[in-house]
Amino acid sequence: MAFLSGAMWLAAILAGSAALAWAFRAALVALLPATAARVMRTAPLTASFGLVVILLYVVAAVFADLIAPFPERAVVGAEYLPWEGAHILGTDNLGRDMFSRLIYGARNTVGIAVATTALAFLLGSVLGLLAATVGGWLDQGLSRLVDVLMAIPALIFALLLLTIFGTSVVTLILVIAVIDATRVFRLARAVAQGIVVMDYIEAAKLRGERLPRLILREILPNAMAPLVAEFGLRFCFVFLSISALSFLGLGIQPPTADWGSMVRENATLITFGDVTPLLPAGAIALLTVAVNFVVDWMLHRASGLKE
Amino acid sequence: MTTKPVLLEMRGVRIEGRADETWSDIVRDIDLTLHRGEVLGLIGESGAGKSTLGLAAMGYTRDGCRISEGSIRFDGIDLIVAPEAERRGLRGRRIAYVAQSAAASFNPAHRLIDQYCETPVQHGVMSRAEAERDAVELYRRMRLPNPGEIGFRYPHQVSGGQLQRAMTAMAMACRPDLIIFDEPTTALDVTTQIEVLSAIRDAVRQFDTAAIYITHDLAVVAQMADRIKVLLKGREVEEAPTREMLSTPREAYTKSLWAVRSHARTEQPPAPASETPVVSVRGVTAAYGKVPVLHEVSFDIHRRRTVAVVGESGSGKSTTARVITGLLPPSAGEVAFEGKVLPADYRQRSKDQLRQAQMIYQMADTALNPRHRIREIIGRPVEFYLGLRGRALTERIRELLHLIELEPDRFIDRLPSELSGGQKQRIGIARALAAEPRFIICDEVTSALDQLVAEGILKLLDRLQAEFDLAYMFITHDLATVRAIADEVVVMKDGRVVEQGPKGEMFTPPHHAYTELLLSSVPDMDPDWLDRLLEARRQGKAGAEAAGESAGN
Amino acid sequence: MARVWGMVAQRVALGIFTLFVISLIIFGAVELLPGDLAQSVLGQAATPETLAAFRRELGLDLPAHERYLSWLGGVLQGDFGNSLANRRPIADLIGVRFSNTLFLALYAAAISVPLSLVLGILAALWRNSIYDRAVNVATLSSISFPEFFVAYILVFFIAQAGFFPSIANVSTDVSFGERLYRTFLPALTLTLVVTAHMMRMTRAAIINLLASPYIEMARLKGLSPRRIILRHALPNALAPIINVIALNLAYLITGVVVVEVVFVYPGLGQLMVDSVAKRDITVVQASALIFAAAFVTLNLIADVLSTLSNPRLVHRR
Repeated sequence: MAFLSGAMWLAAILAGSAALAWAFRAALVALLPATAARVMRTAPLTASFGLVVILLYVVAAVFADLIAPFPERAVVGAEYLPWEGAHILGTDNLGRDMFSRLIYGARNTVGIAVATTALAFLLGSVLGLLAATVGGWLDQGLSRLVDVLMAIPALIFALLLLTIFGTSVVTLILVIAVIDATRVFRLARAVAQGIVVMDYIEAAKLRGERLPRLILREILPNAMAPLVAEFGLRFCFVFLSISALSFLGLGIQPPTADWGSMVRENATLITFGDVTPLLPAGAIALLTVAVNFVVDWMLHRASGLKE
Repeated sequence: MTTKPVLLEMRGVRIEGRADETWSDIVRDIDLTLHRGEVLGLIGESGAGKSTLGLAAMGYTRDGCRISEGSIRFDGIDLIVAPEAERRGLRGRRIAYVAQSAAASFNPAHRLIDQYCETPVQHGVMSRAEAERDAVELYRRMRLPNPGEIGFRYPHQVSGGQLQRAMTAMAMACRPDLIIFDEPTTALDVTTQIEVLSAIRDAVRQFDTAAIYITHDLAVVAQMADRIKVLLKGREVEEAPTREMLSTPREAYTKSLWAVRSHARTEQPPAPASETPVVSVRGVTAAYGKVPVLHEVSFDIHRRRTVAVVGESGSGKSTTARVITGLLPPSAGEVAFEGKVLPADYRQRSKDQLRQAQMIYQMADTALNPRHRIREIIGRPVEFYLGLRGRALTERIRELLHLIELEPDRFIDRLPSELSGGQKQRIGIARALAAEPRFIICDEVTSALDQLVAEGILKLLDRLQAEFDLAYMFITHDLATVRAIADEVVVMKDGRVVEQGPKGEMFTPPHHAYTELLLSSVPDMDPDWLDRLLEARRQGKAGAEAAGESAGN
Repeated sequence: MARVWGMVAQRVALGIFTLFVISLIIFGAVELLPGDLAQSVLGQAATPETLAAFRRELGLDLPAHERYLSWLGGVLQGDFGNSLANRRPIADLIGVRFSNTLFLALYAAAISVPLSLVLGILAALWRNSIYDRAVNVATLSSISFPEFFVAYILVFFIAQAGFFPSIANVSTDVSFGERLYRTFLPALTLTLVVTAHMMRMTRAAIINLLASPYIEMARLKGLSPRRIILRHALPNALAPIINVIALNLAYLITGVVVVEVVFVYPGLGQLMVDSVAKRDITVVQASALIFAAAFVTLNLIADVLSTLSNPRLVHRR
């Protein structure tokens, strides 16, 4: 029965990942310099699991050409081949090697998500810090604008903009980045507002410091911790949004290997009891879980240190 | 007093707290004996474990804390081994608690009287109707205005001092044997504090209730307690009857607490009338938005003089500082520096004008950027104003550290989090000095510090003033500090200067009514002070009466 | 109380204003369309006559503000214009589909709201217990899953076994019970995704609340745990819980888009996705406006309700 075997699989996977996470943590504690090792020793297994997974994804993305046995876009066999021989995960709807495309997907999907998040961050945090520091009309104007933009659900807004500007990778990155920048703006502004009221900022203002130094030297270092955690969360969100759009056929376009589109292209297999289309979806889920685990640990540490 | 039976007895109590997956001591080796009707004062600095110990007397520990050793017996019941239901039966009924912040400790969703009646009704002591009648009676004893009606208000509709009295009344509801007072007046102004203190003391005496009174204020505990126990970092320093403790403290730490108020600088003679004041505030009126906060404030500060600006919270003393520094441009009036009028907004002032007036803040924690090393904190103004770089800059930073009596090699590369409170405040002083100013505003610089440390800071400020010819504006609500450091005093109330003059005059009668009230409300270390004051006020000094009414609202 | 109603009126006015600005954005965005709308819809092969006829039909020959006003006027009367792709009135296309979408969202909400509130509150009450830690890992994982992953896993395990249909085929003549059965898997997918979010938020809100001094005071008054929760925590928990629910219902409304596509459910989300692919701009505009309006309305309701549940605002000084 599918349900029972599923439960067994789940238990095996959980045990396996716990062991992996444990081993990785032990290795890091042994290898890292003393201060970092002390931090790692108190890390929960979930966090070290997250770190392992992120590391694996980075390796896959960077060395995709070396790892993948077949080219990204080449048709190398019949359609929907089973998991056998040279094609360890079979082939897709056009006869391309599934495993190779999964590996390249790490580069494409994750790469685009990282670029988008970075852009959203640049835009959102610069404006957010500026609004909080300068205050007055600039703050009012930007905040009201962001309020309105945030009143439109993100996915719906993305769909609207993609209809208008078309579905290329560049528009995809720009559209998602702008929509997400509103969320980053909110957070950066809130964090900076907490810092701006501090006496050391007043002291710097009264000293006559100029705006760039005020923001970069006085405020930013104190805002880093929450911003880094937010980067992780926003990455997950962006990554899921892009995957959802790709799955809907409106994101990253074929023949680029991309996990969201791969699910869509091969979805028919599911109804025949073939698990293959779940692999790219699982690849997305696994990375988001990993990032969330690490961020959760960081947030927990930050709140613990505050007390 | 010792003939009365023992009510509470703690033996070898140790309480631990959990942080970062490990347990560490909050208090340990504590023995405590309290007799019926007796008031024990528990004093110590923040972090000494006073509140934890007070809560343990109710058999209660906060989340993440545990009692790991010792015994706590209340009237023969072992609070540590007793089942939770039994402890719950004692709380509120036989042992009650009065929290530091009544505003946060009353549930915002319910009326005062509902929260009052909850304890007696839930414990089955009284019916709801009886409890309501009783509440009015206790509100009257607590000298709350409109005792018959005030209970029907929500907590946010009642002022802080009244809430604190309402909370004491609530604690009294079941006529408990023991009440824990956890810093009940710390958040209040001095004039409000008096009313709460006297109400608490009367109630405790009338019902012969035993109490543990937790505070960090020596003078307050002297009024309230029969015996005093001093705590330091979770351990007992010493314990003695109040008078004995005040007259002959045994331990060095206790002596240091008492010695604090000995510092007094030699008062400078008034500056000659011909001398141009360093700073003059002339007829300043200011508002936040449409809310007026300052009315026609004027005073001068001369070279080598310290002007103390005194007043309660909301009196406008910090706002005056904001006007002087240019953070809040006034709607009328002006600020002059050495005879020349300064631009109202700091953004319009020249670098040199900014350099001449510096500021030292109350909370050293928020005054120093936690991500900057001492080198940058002190070095930045030197670099910015005086253009020093490289070796010359480092030399100057080391010189400044010497001036504030911190060893340069040990401190120059530290972060603020690696310093004690007093050291942080010294760094704040060094940052102000680094600009080589003529004038420094000290905003409550000692009020967040333990008393011994505060003494050191005051002495340092005095020395630096003489060495560098500085003019100080010293904002404080603490009259003991004023006595210690001021040459001249400016008393403020509701945004107006009520009275000003040389310190000697200000501390000798006759006073303006408000100054009188303020002066008389500051507790003395004398255990009889509150009795004498209340007696004097009862005799009806007309001025105190009138001012008392306006302050009690 | 008068002050509170004043505040409520202010919020409602702000909500209406926000909707107005959103309509401007949605309409204005199309103006940004690179090139000529008629050309891009009809393609290079279109003759000048058909182009002109098309422009006249859409009112493209009129200035933008006139077109906006007539569009908005139509929308307020329930007329969204015609689809570019098949020239049918959009209102006809949307009507049934929107009610299908609402049905699915409400179905999921009916399961997930009570479930996640109970589970979230329990996690807060048993903080740091095994249960709490397990909940943390499970919810953290499940908010990380893309909706289509959850959907296909359910299809793989449940639909494969033949319990529920993997295609949620509903038409107007289907009975209510049958409808519940056929849409069970999409509703379950949404429930799983949204429950995790809601549980985490509920837990955080309740923990925050239980840390307040007045809860400690209630303990120190010797009250029973039951009374502390019911009388002291609950009245103050209303506002945060309302916000959690509203936020997640709003999330549900957009979450349906992907789920509708997976289960081929005839809802508004699927229509919108199809229209985006066909670049049927008028339909996309109409759907976006409806989704945004639902989103704003939900947030507005939450805002008003939490204002009304705040004793500090209701009982003025």
